Amino acid sequence: MSAPGKLPRWAELGLLPVINLVVALLISGVVIKLLGESPVAAFKLMAAGSVGTQEGIGYTLYYATNFIFTGLAVAVASHAGLFNIGAEGQAYIGGLGTGLVCLWLGAWPFWAVLPLAVLAGAGFGAAWAFIPAYLQAKRGSHIVITTIMFNFIAASLMTYLLVNVLIKPGQQSPESREFAVNAWMPSATDVLARVGVTFAATPLNLAFGFALGAAVLVWLFVWRTRWGYALRVAGENPAAAVYAGIAPPRVIIGAMLLSGALAGGLGLNELMGSQHRILMDFPSGAGFVGIAVALMGRNHPAGIIVAAVLFGALYQGGSQLSFDMPKINRDMVVVIQGLVILLCGAMENVFKAPLAALFAKFGAKPGVG
Amino acid sequence: MSDEAGSATAPGRNSDGAAGAARAPALELRAIDKRFGAVHANRAISFAVAAGSIHGLIGENGAGKSTLMNIIYGFHRADAGEILVHGRKVDITSPQGAIAAGIGMVHQHFMLVENFTVLENVVLGVEGGALLAGGLTAARRELEKLARDYGLEVPLDSMISELSVGLQQRVEILKALYRRAEILILDEPTAVLTPQEADQLFKMLGRLREQGKAIILVTHKLREIMAITDRVTVMRQGAVVAEVMTKKTSPRGLAEKMVGRAVLLQVDKCPATPGVALLSVTDLEVRDRLGVPRVKGVSFELRAGEIVGVAGVAGNGQSELLEALAGIREPSRGEIRLGGRELVREQLDARARRALGLAHVPEDRLRMGVVASFSAEANAMLGYHDRPRYGRGLFLDGAASLAGCEAKMKEFDVRPAQPALRISAFSGGNQQKLVLAREIDADPSVLLIGQPTRGVDIGAIEFIHRRLIALRDAGKALLVVSVELDEILGLADRILVMNGGEIIGELARAEATEEKIGLMMAGVRGEGGA
Repeated sequence: MSAPGKLPRWAELGLLPVINLVVALLISGVVIKLLGESPVAAFKLMAAGSVGTQEGIGYTLYYATNFIFTGLAVAVASHAGLFNIGAEGQAYIGGLGTGLVCLWLGAWPFWAVLPLAVLAGAGFGAAWAFIPAYLQAKRGSHIVITTIMFNFIAASLMTYLLVNVLIKPGQQSPESREFAVNAWMPSATDVLARVGVTFAATPLNLAFGFALGAAVLVWLFVWRTRWGYALRVAGENPAAAVYAGIAPPRVIIGAMLLSGALAGGLGLNELMGSQHRILMDFPSGAGFVGIAVALMGRNHPAGIIVAAVLFGALYQGGSQLSFDMPKINRDMVVVIQGLVILLCGAMENVFKAPLAALFAKFGAKPGVG
Repeated sequence: MSDEAGSATAPGRNSDGAAGAARAPALELRAIDKRFGAVHANRAISFAVAAGSIHGLIGENGAGKSTLMNIIYGFHRADAGEILVHGRKVDITSPQGAIAAGIGMVHQHFMLVENFTVLENVVLGVEGGALLAGGLTAARRELEKLARDYGLEVPLDSMISELSVGLQQRVEILKALYRRAEILILDEPTAVLTPQEADQLFKMLGRLREQGKAIILVTHKLREIMAITDRVTVMRQGAVVAEVMTKKTSPRGLAEKMVGRAVLLQVDKCPATPGVALLSVTDLEVRDRLGVPRVKGVSFELRAGEIVGVAGVAGNGQSELLEALAGIREPSRGEIRLGGRELVREQLDARARRALGLAHVPEDRLRMGVVASFSAEANAMLGYHDRPRYGRGLFLDGAASLAGCEAKMKEFDVRPAQPALRISAFSGGNQQKLVLAREIDADPSVLLIGQPTRGVDIGAIEFIHRRLIALRDAGKALLVVSVELDEILGLADRILVMNGGEIIGELARAEATEEKIGLMMAGVRGEGGA
């Protein structure tokens, strides 16, 4: 029996997100109009600001790097049937690991600091995810609740550490001293200069490459390994997993460790690559944007990269917009981002049924999938 | 016969039937047509059911029976065609509309509120006012009369949860009659009943027929069609392929019409030559999550070269027994021995048991045996994905899993032979063939099979039974759990009957009769009882 709402695969993966995005922008346009600005001019400004210049592109990809890490984190957990809302906290604590390595071992050569910083970031993030994972696997505490709570605990812990322990002596603002230059992630400008390309100075750095590498590894892991297979079985049908001799508690813990480790990659970009110090609230919501990115990217690494770049462009274009249009302030940009998250993430299937009806009406054969 | 009897006895209840003319049928379908996207579920279906008759509707899974019944009951709307009730065209758009037109339906899965009394369940939705008390008193009078008229005695003040399945079904029938149903649709009504309960149901249906009700019996059991219906409509691939008087046909003839080719209802087999015990179970107790024992101290042996059937009404501990043997449920007591190992004490999980040569085809395929959203290829290695043949080290080998799936599809004639197709797009029979192929492929010494042919069409049943008997002849030990008594009788060399979590009796195939097993299923201890 064909259930209503079956769409051809290309429409499901390609057309539907575009429709959602367009509707979100249309609603945003109405709001901009109500504020007395021209929507067309506003969107032109956003586009120009995010992808129109080298600076724009640099910033867009710099933001996207964070979203790729957190999007992958949410996606891996999601394949195991877990809704990890804690990428924010895992990224925060993971960043602490990276930051500590950079602070303490900054005198070491970069090639020695880098692997340790990566491992520390992944390890700290994974450790922070382990506690909710263990509670879910062995005690049945719902992972959504525990990961939310662990975001708050992470924030409090980091505030304590920054205010009381890591703060640079004789300074007012709660942040650590700057990392030694050896522990800085090479910027895109420097890297490209080596191969003879001049690129504008932006916070974009080598961490973007790590994010892309992580996406490839996640793809390999989920679809090409026995563990990934077990993870997907447990996520799709826990009863079938037990039947097949796959222990769901082990999958839950393994998937969350991996998820936390991926979220921990954010520190490479934000701390090692851009801020060069540990500071308050550096994930600034990327963990939550990761949820929307994973939803929009259908939990597939390729989709996540596309969605992350889109959200990066929204962030960068939004900053440009609030800078250039006096009537549109920072909060209005958050409204636009919120609408995109709402329509592409939370309400992703709203237009699915009407679209499917349209396809059925015009005789397009529903494909498999 | 029914046609003449109908027109002779009925005092012309319908208003627009002209005197002298043949009375209009209670329910008539004219060219009902329904598509779901690319699937043509019903193709110009026409048939008529006379008042005071029982009309059988049979067909394989996916033949369109359920769709048709859902159209009559207002869950779906037909794309084209007409429904006439007592000669008048009706437009049924909801179950409420169907009830108003005098159509009642007894679903396979009962629609009852467990912690309400029988009386409360019957009046649910037709309370007749904001205050319950008055409605309940009137309903009680009415129900007592109905119960007398039709022999449908049910304790009105008992909770539904206290009633047996047979009585719950009676409540469903009463619900329909209380809503003045003249046309009653029963969807696979005997699936959950013991043979004796089924007989009682048929007696009840007989009385309803005498009272002039029109009854549609939807089933896939040919025996029931032959036993009770007056006429039978056979559906195949969404279309009516035959409509015949029941007494002018035979089970074999009906089966052929259903499948579209000749089928064997009973697979021939030679007597078993059991060898050594491969699996032995001692004093096994299994408790559910609430700590209630579901299997109470069961002991038996499974020998090489035999098929042991476990019969019983669904919910008497067979499922828990099967899952405990397969390593899915942890027993609270007892031993399971296989290949010199003790599985319970060593806490071997399903994977470890597979390595010891114990394969398992689960009762509920879609819940446990496959991952519905995965391709056939991914499902064809479920449980065996960590074997060397499917990859190297941590990595899976896509070519190996594809080749494995293609080989299984070929050997078990799984159609369509498309490994990339999502498993949920296959029919129940083809899903089951793939699961069976997967479990047999690893060459197990012991095979546990729950409901081998549930939701499987007749053509595939024959195929599956043949394969199981071939396995037996190859010296494997098979345990078959089935609620289909015909299947147990057709396959098993030895039959264990379960009731209330115990093995209440054991019968050799030669001494087993449907009646004996039926009594044991109902809890009457057999002479060979444990």
